Amino acid sequence: MSTIDQILEGEMFDESAWLEIGEFCAYLRVDRTWVIELVDAGVLEPRGPTPDTWSFPARALPRARATARLVDDLGVNLAAVALILDLIEERRRLERKLEELERLLER
Amino acid sequence: MRYKDYYEVMGVPRTASQDEIKRAYRKLARKYHPDVSKEKDAEEKFKELQEAHEVLKDPEKRAAYDQLGANWRQGQDFRPPPDWGKGFEFSSGRAAGEDPGGYSDFFSQLFGDGSPFGGAARGGGAGAGRAGRAHRGFAAAGQDHVARVEIDLEDAYRGGSRTIELRSPEMTPDGHVIVKPRTLRVSIPAGVTEGQQIRLAGQGSPGIGGGPPGDLLLEVTFRKHPLFEADGRNVTLTLPVAPWEAALGETVAVPTLGGSVDMKLPAGARAGQKLRLRGRGLPGNPSGDQLVLLKIVLPPDSPQARQLFEQMKREVPFNPRADLGS
Repeated sequence: MSTIDQILEGEMFDESAWLEIGEFCAYLRVDRTWVIELVDAGVLEPRGPTPDTWSFPARALPRARATARLVDDLGVNLAAVALILDLIEERRRLERKLEELERLLER
Repeated sequence: MRYKDYYEVMGVPRTASQDEIKRAYRKLARKYHPDVSKEKDAEEKFKELQEAHEVLKDPEKRAAYDQLGANWRQGQDFRPPPDWGKGFEFSSGRAAGEDPGGYSDFFSQLFGDGSPFGGAARGGGAGAGRAGRAHRGFAAAGQDHVARVEIDLEDAYRGGSRTIELRSPEMTPDGHVIVKPRTLRVSIPAGVTEGQQIRLAGQGSPGIGGGPPGDLLLEVTFRKHPLFEADGRNVTLTLPVAPWEAALGETVAVPTLGGSVDMKLPAGARAGQKLRLRGRGLPGNPSGDQLVLLKIVLPPDSPQARQLFEQMKREVPFNPRADLGS
């Protein structure tokens, strides 16, 4: 167990990094079939023509993890998760816009 | 330890049917799920809800819990009865990879590992994060935990270290699971953006049956900043300018995360116009930009200001409503 004296160095992907499907699955510790299901449902958008050659942006890792949580905790299907995650992103974009406009208006 | 009123947490009467409990869980889960919710303390409330649901959804656990009696109140000092769990038959084998953690001491002692109900719990230790691996075939590995860590934009700009407090499950020598606080100091890399995850390998749940431990994933969020808004690596600042600074294209001092810089406004700059200070956002490859949103502010009312406005009114032909046909 770590003590407070240690400073733990974590691993963080560059925003622009891409991961091969095997690597992507290893980080999530899930089967490839589950990732394929996520792609079919529109949760993830890979680069490449076939599952063997697919790669995914590293920034999709949190999205895939959130998917697992939403499916398990809310009992929703993958198509609904894709919709939920898209709406959350849209909400964030609108919140930023609103914040910007509020700053313009406030004295 | 403190008594937990699971019926109160779920907002159902003690007489609620299993279907009512399921519906209450679904409704509250949508409200407090940390991935969806904007509620304050959503993470904490969701964890409480999961714990209550874990007990009330299972007829055996619910019956045992009900036997404690209806007179206990939420938060009241509580000791489990010595014959706790006697007379119940248990059908709940441990689901591989599931991990009783992040729940209260009350839950751990009554329903956690080492209790007569041992091991059917699932939970999210440091922030309700589960990669769901138990369902997907890597049963021996410990669970990943997700913890949200809120940092200042300045920390993301400069990097640094951050102390975080977590609550993690730990097995005692006699086989009980207790929830222990744990403090970690974590390095925050410069250039981290909101929503990015910092992965601390091996800092999640211990593995099962000799499997490797899970990881701790720190999901970064930014504390609200008085001046800047971040979007990826770009930051936006709303800059108040005087009408004459905008009209004449003056050079003004602009705060950035790296300190103040001078910026020449274009002559005739408009309110709401966005100017770009390239590379002045969060560092990276490439670094983000700082966007400067202009806000034109009138000077406070004074005889001099009035006099000058009167002069402009007389001498500057301008109808701001010309396009409205007036």
